[in-house]
This record gives sequence, C-alpha cells and structure tokens, in this order.
Amino acid sequence: MQSLLPFAELIVFAVLLLVGYVAGRIAEKAHYRSIRKREKLFERVTVFSNRFPPTVSQPFQATLVCGSVVVSQDYFKAVAAGLYSIFGGRVRSYESLLDRARRESVLRMKHAAMRKGASMIVNVKFQTVQVPGSGVGAVELLAYGTALRPLA
Amino acid sequence: MILTNIEVIPGKRVVRHLGLVQGSTVRAKHVGRDFLASLKNIVGGELTGYTELLNEAREEATERMVRQAQAAGANAVLNVRFSTSSITQGAAELFAYGTAVVVE
Repeated sequence: MQSLLPFAELIVFAVLLLVGYVAGRIAEKAHYRSIRKREKLFERVTVFSNRFPPTVSQPFQATLVCGSVVVSQDYFKAVAAGLYSIFGGRVRSYESLLDRARRESVLRMKHAAMRKGASMIVNVKFQTVQVPGSGVGAVELLAYGTALRPLA
Repeated sequence: MILTNIEVIPGKRVVRHLGLVQGSTVRAKHVGRDFLASLKNIVGGELTGYTELLNEAREEATERMVRQAQAAGANAVLNVRFSTSSITQGAAELFAYGTAVVVE
C-alpha cells in the first residue's frame, strides 16, 4: 500500500478515465437508440429551415416552439479532446456529443409541435451556448421555430 | 398572443406594426447544482438541472417580452429571436426579442 502512494494521483486519473469511458459509451449507445426510435415516432412533423411553408395558400395556426438540452462531456471525452488539441484535427469525441445533443433538441421541439397538433415547423434556428461557470464543461443546444397547424 | 419566428402569420394580415419588444432575465446557478454538474462531468450525459433552469429562464424572458407587447396593444409578436450570453462566471442572460404587431 505504501509503495502505491506516489502513484495515487495516477491511479485516480486512470480510474476516472475508465469510468468516464465505460459510462460514457453505455450512455451514448442508449441515447442513440432512443434518438432513432423517437425520430421514427415524430416523422409526421416535417422540419424546414425555410422561412415559409411550401404551401402558403393554406391557412395555418402558428405558434413558437422550442427544444433544448444541456449536455456535459465525460472525463474520457475531455481528456481525449485535450490530446486532440495538441495535434489538431477532428475531435471525434465531441462531434458525436454535439450530434446527439442537437438531434435531441430537434426531437424536443418536434414533441412540443406535435402536442400542439402541428404538421410542420418552419424557419428552424439553432443556437449553441457554452454554459458559463467554474470549469463545468457543458453546452446548451437550442432549436426553435414556428410550428404550423393546418386549419381545416 | 401569437408568437412566430417568421415575418408573417400564414393566413393573417398584419394591420399595424408597433415596433420592437424585448424581454430578458439574468440567472445564476447555485453551488449545489454546480457541484452535481462537476460530478456529472465524469460520466457525461444530460445535465437535467441546467436544462430546466435555462428553459425556465427563457420562458420568463419570453413572458416579459409578451407583457411589453400587450402593454403596447399588440396581439402578436413576429420574428422572435432568442439570444443567450454568459456575462460572468456562473450567470447567463437570456434575451428574447421580436416585432409587436396587430393582426386582424
């Protein structure tokens, strides 16, 4: 035990890295599964980044809808990103994190639109903000747009 | 009150423009939440507490904007935009703005 003491910091680091990697991987897989499932479920709501719907002649009821999510990195991703930033190039660990979060925010927005009986969302805007604060690595992803419910 | 982030309301005609309306709120998170978030930084995933906090704040900013629009006599706000900025360590401003109009 005594001989391990000088390496205590290294051991803590390794444990955190391992926990981050395993927990992060499991959570990511589960999240992607749930995203794919809900994307099928909400297929009926079409999302446009166009300002106006393709069929303008029809009367619609318009409401603003939002979807947002705050995601944090895991320890492994943070360390990996630190390494990437030395050599440059594509930071894959963050790419998947942001992809997942953005799709989640769109799904939440679609969910809000569906509850209002809308068939489409137009003029969708995205916003990504780093959550301010003491070393907490987290970003908020916001998606918002105008949900249109066709009036019969 | 109708809110949209496009310049029109499909099927409705704008009768009168009343100008820019805005609403904002500044929120700070508390230390407990920050501590939990830093733990979550090890395993990753959604920070539900923050999601709620920011959503609540955005709703409040929107509500303040709506109140300003109502005071001006509007019944709709068009071209609504959101903006979030961190002003200091641990505090963020949520800002909503749009054009107040009267639609028929």
